[in-house]
Amino acid sequence: MPRSLVELLGDVPFLAGLAADRLDLLAGCASNVHFDAGAHLFREGDEAAVFYVIRHGEVAVETFVPARGAVTIETIGPGEVLGWSWLFAPYRWHFDARALSPVRATGFDGTCLRGKCESDPALGYELMGRFAQVLIERLQWTRLRLLDVYGDGSR
Amino acid sequence: MATAAAEPRERGALTPRPYRVAVREQETVDTWTVALEPVAGPAPEIAPGQFMMVYVFGVGEVPISVSGGPLVLTVRSVGAVSRAICAAEPDAVLFARGPYGNAWPVADAAGGDVVVVAGGIGLAPLRPVVLRVLAERGGYGNAYLLYGARTPGDLLYRAELEAWGEAIDVAVTVDAPSNGWHGHVGVVPQLVGSAEFDAERTSAFVCGPEIMIRYAADALLRRGVAGERISLSLERHMDCGVGLCGHCQLGPTLICRDGPVYSYAEAGPWLEVQEL
Repeated sequence: MPRSLVELLGDVPFLAGLAADRLDLLAGCASNVHFDAGAHLFREGDEAAVFYVIRHGEVAVETFVPARGAVTIETIGPGEVLGWSWLFAPYRWHFDARALSPVRATGFDGTCLRGKCESDPALGYELMGRFAQVLIERLQWTRLRLLDVYGDGSR
Repeated sequence: MATAAAEPRERGALTPRPYRVAVREQETVDTWTVALEPVAGPAPEIAPGQFMMVYVFGVGEVPISVSGGPLVLTVRSVGAVSRAICAAEPDAVLFARGPYGNAWPVADAAGGDVVVVAGGIGLAPLRPVVLRVLAERGGYGNAYLLYGARTPGDLLYRAELEAWGEAIDVAVTVDAPSNGWHGHVGVVPQLVGSAEFDAERTSAFVCGPEIMIRYAADALLRRGVAGERISLSLERHMDCGVGLCGHCQLGPTLICRDGPVYSYAEAGPWLEVQEL
């Protein structure tokens, strides 16, 4: 029997421990989506009105560099969150996101969620805390990459 | 006056044996794998995780982790001795003593899930762990190799990685992708988050740059793996390899004598002390 969206959300690490009524609220703004390999989930500069929890497949976060083309900054895989620009003005994507393989994800309508967060500050605080955790983790990984730990300084 | 012929001297722990280079293969722009065979006598018994002191006549001696049996070494050319080892053609003679050090506790992992986290040249000492798990695949639960390198061109054992992926889960990531790379981009500790394992019955084996070890161990701890079940291999400058010179001291331990493999529960606090 296919699992309900609320059941699926209950398995998402990003939402672990969230109360059932909160999951219900989130599910009201969520839908399951699919992208073919090569398809863009969003494009740099476009309005950011959604975020995704990837359930299957890999997504490349990219930016276009003149003379180099699309450069992958990082990849996002199953269980991970993609996109936080929906949460912060000016609500525009800063990068492209492209499916490297067929991707199944749960998409959350950012406008719908922002409305619920504004009318329910406790939910807003909860979500903001979870997104802050994602941001901190990505920042730490980025710092680790900046250290160039595999290099011996000669390259 | 006739003199008695000198008795052959007994081989000591510090006496290197001659080995012939049987195979030499280039892995990356600066890393080679050499297979050595003894010029005489049997090859030594070497446990996964142990190292040899490899001597190049007239150049010097360095510790090298063994990356396969009976005596396979994967060496990054970063100094005079490692450059000479990497340049040794088949049939050239190198010298080695050992094996030294303790071993990865692979047998203790049997029956549970296994997560191997390797960064850069750190995959070399972990290759025997992977080979052991592959050889006894039914004896382990979920098995992951999470491997990170600087660029796609820096990946070791590329053909093997593909073959290993048929029996265990192999996830590879690079810090800096090149054109044509369609795999994961990011640091290797990131991959821990998407591995499926039962933390309470998981053994993890970690090797790579020390800061990568710390981040990987932290990611494993956050997934619930106990520090006692996270094994890591440490590296410090070594000269004697047998606990005499003290150059590889790390806090209360001599890595050549007591290590190089430690549990994170034991060694983790040392890694947080600057200049130790």
